[in-house]
Amino acid sequence: MNKRIHTGQFARLFAAHFKEIIRKPEVIFWGVIFPILMSLGLGIAFTGKGDIVRTIAVIDAGIPSDPAGGPAGAIGGFLERHAEKIPAQGRHPARYRIDLDNENLGRTTFYFISTPWEEARTLLKRGNLNVIMEESAEQIQYHFDPLNTDAQLIYLKLSAMFTDNRAQIPASRNEGIRPLTLDGTRYIDFLIPGLIAMNIMMSCMWGMSYGTIEKRSRKLLRRMVATPMRKSHYLASLMAVRILMNFIEGVLLVVFAWLMFDVKIQGSIAAVMAIFIAGNIAFGGIAMFTSSRTASTEAGNGLINAIVMPMMVLSGIFFSYHNFPDWSIPLIRILPLTMLTDGIRSVFIEGAGISGIVLPAGILTAIGIIFFSVGLRIFKWH
Amino acid sequence: MRAHASSCPAADPVIDVQAVYKSFDSVEAVRGVDLRIMEGQFTAILGPNGAGKTTLVEMIEGIQKPEQGSIRITGLPWRGNEDALHRIMGISLQETRFVDRLTVFETIRLFAGFYDLDNGRVDEIIDMTGLCEKRDAYVVELSGGQRQRLALGLALLNHPAILILDEPTTGLDPNARREIWSILLALKKKCRTSLVLTTHYMEEAEHLCDRIVIMDAGKILAQGSLDQLLENHCAGKIIAFSLEPDVDVSDAAWMDGPFPVRWNTDQRKGSFEVTQIENDLPAFIDYLKARQWKLKDMECRRKTLDDLFVSMTGRRLHE
Ligand SMILES: Nc1ncnc2c1ncn2[C@@H]1O[C@H](COP(=O)(O)OP(=O)(O)O)[C@@H](O)[C@H]1O
Ligand SMILES: [Mg+2]
Repeated sequence: MNKRIHTGQFARLFAAHFKEIIRKPEVIFWGVIFPILMSLGLGIAFTGKGDIVRTIAVIDAGIPSDPAGGPAGAIGGFLERHAEKIPAQGRHPARYRIDLDNENLGRTTFYFISTPWEEARTLLKRGNLNVIMEESAEQIQYHFDPLNTDAQLIYLKLSAMFTDNRAQIPASRNEGIRPLTLDGTRYIDFLIPGLIAMNIMMSCMWGMSYGTIEKRSRKLLRRMVATPMRKSHYLASLMAVRILMNFIEGVLLVVFAWLMFDVKIQGSIAAVMAIFIAGNIAFGGIAMFTSSRTASTEAGNGLINAIVMPMMVLSGIFFSYHNFPDWSIPLIRILPLTMLTDGIRSVFIEGAGISGIVLPAGILTAIGIIFFSVGLRIFKWH
Repeated sequence: MRAHASSCPAADPVIDVQAVYKSFDSVEAVRGVDLRIMEGQFTAILGPNGAGKTTLVEMIEGIQKPEQGSIRITGLPWRGNEDALHRIMGISLQETRFVDRLTVFETIRLFAGFYDLDNGRVDEIIDMTGLCEKRDAYVVELSGGQRQRLALGLALLNHPAILILDEPTTGLDPNARREIWSILLALKKKCRTSLVLTTHYMEEAEHLCDRIVIMDAGKILAQGSLDQLLENHCAGKIIAFSLEPDVDVSDAAWMDGPFPVRWNTDQRKGSFEVTQIENDLPAFIDYLKARQWKLKDMECRRKTLDDLFVSMTGRRLHE
């Protein structure tokens, strides 16, 4: 057999796999459009410079239900003096408004509404309320979840205002606020590397794994190996097409994030490529292993979900995994998706170079090779 | 390439199956099959669903491994000769579903790549299988018959010395079936291809094949040419008839009579075997007359493979 035969075979397998993929509209949606929409949505939601708006419930008696009826009690009196009175409109009841402006922090707006206890508790549970205020025996009491740091902050601000009896946070004594605007500190900077990693995992697992299981269930796999096709060519072309697709999808996402949010890669491009390839090898190997036996697409579906879902939740794609209990952190860190996400992030936002990602890239490659070899050994072609 | 049909003397079978067994969990799918196929022969394996046809041919194709017994193709066992044997064999599996969104041309070209064949051969195959109009249609858009022709075309790509087709026409309408038949008959005229096909259509076996192997429950019941089978196993003729609706006859009524009638009370139809129509038919007519049973219709015919199958298993090929 001469060399040409093999390259011809590989090229045709590559072309067939590539066409098979790009002709599926869902591939374009999940691989290209979905990550971009996700970055757009989450990026705008968490990165925008919008005002901070918080709502505070004042238990009955504090404000008369008819604001025109005049003040009642200390809270009511304060609001009557310092707040803007807004009559009921649409779904909003009558309320008071106080704006706190700060040239460095932007504007914080507080709305005060009057509700009975029961309703206030329901609204608090639904997240429509941040703090509940109540007045008893000339004393103002604040109710909020002490574990909620945002609520604590609101409490401090409110308490300062009501104690000083002015709608202002006391100007700082000798200190100043300097907003930190280093590159790579915004949520979107955190999110984009996560989305790239997630896309590599999803696309390997659903594209390669599911595709192979489907071919087996359609008896196409056994038809193909009943020819002189090289099994290694089949697998290598599958992998090559997947890396190409992931590369295209990754580049599109990065370019979009750069144009839209000015996200930049702080570290070296070579390091990004190295960790990217390692991630592909890792998830390519895992996908190959996952698809090595089953011929049922239902079973395959469940299997892939069982592997993908835990990592989606734990690996810190959308929020830092440091919020999980301490004992679980070492376990989370050895998940392939965590290693990949952390690796890409270290290059994107911490400016790591090749030396910074050698370890995770090496481990990911090793994981891929191990799963690939075991998968190949037990692979069912027929 | 060592293995080539032409390299083995004509007297040696191209396919030699000896005492092969295969079972799955609780089912014994193939129970001791011996089968020899000679070069250039068209052989049908005829049997109902579950007879073990697919299991048998997939073992011949090297897809499944026999538990016991040996299989040699052009004198070579599968083990160690996979690549050489794949090159001389063309197969179509029962129900392969190709990639939905590849075109007919792209699908054939992919497989052509496995044999190092160029686009010229791809176009020949498209021509041969009558898929010119569908050349650039996605596989998912093909009709059942067109899909089967595509599968057949893929099997023919490498000019196979041995062609094995598993139920190539099952589920097709008579027209689509005839299209496949004519492709195969054209092949028979031109090439020295040896064909094995499985089917449960008696007509298909009769129309296409020199040799018919009747299989049921994992065993070969009979084999030979159509004439041989009918002569050896079906010497007699069949008289089949039905009676007018007003005639009141039960199973029991035939029991005491001189004729071994298999009577179907619901359809009011009966049939029985005779050795000589000339003697037996007048006697039967007299018998009916004596009882004033009126015939609705009647035919006398030579036995068919289906009758043969019924007499061997008590069941029909289609059940
Ligand atoms: N992979 C398998 N697992 C379990 N049983 C099987 C398998 N393949 C075939 N069988 C059983 O073996 C018997 C023969 O099947 P098969 O060879 O497909 O028959 P045919 O092709 O003549 O319809 C059937 O009873 C079938 O259920
Ligand atoms: Mg079958």
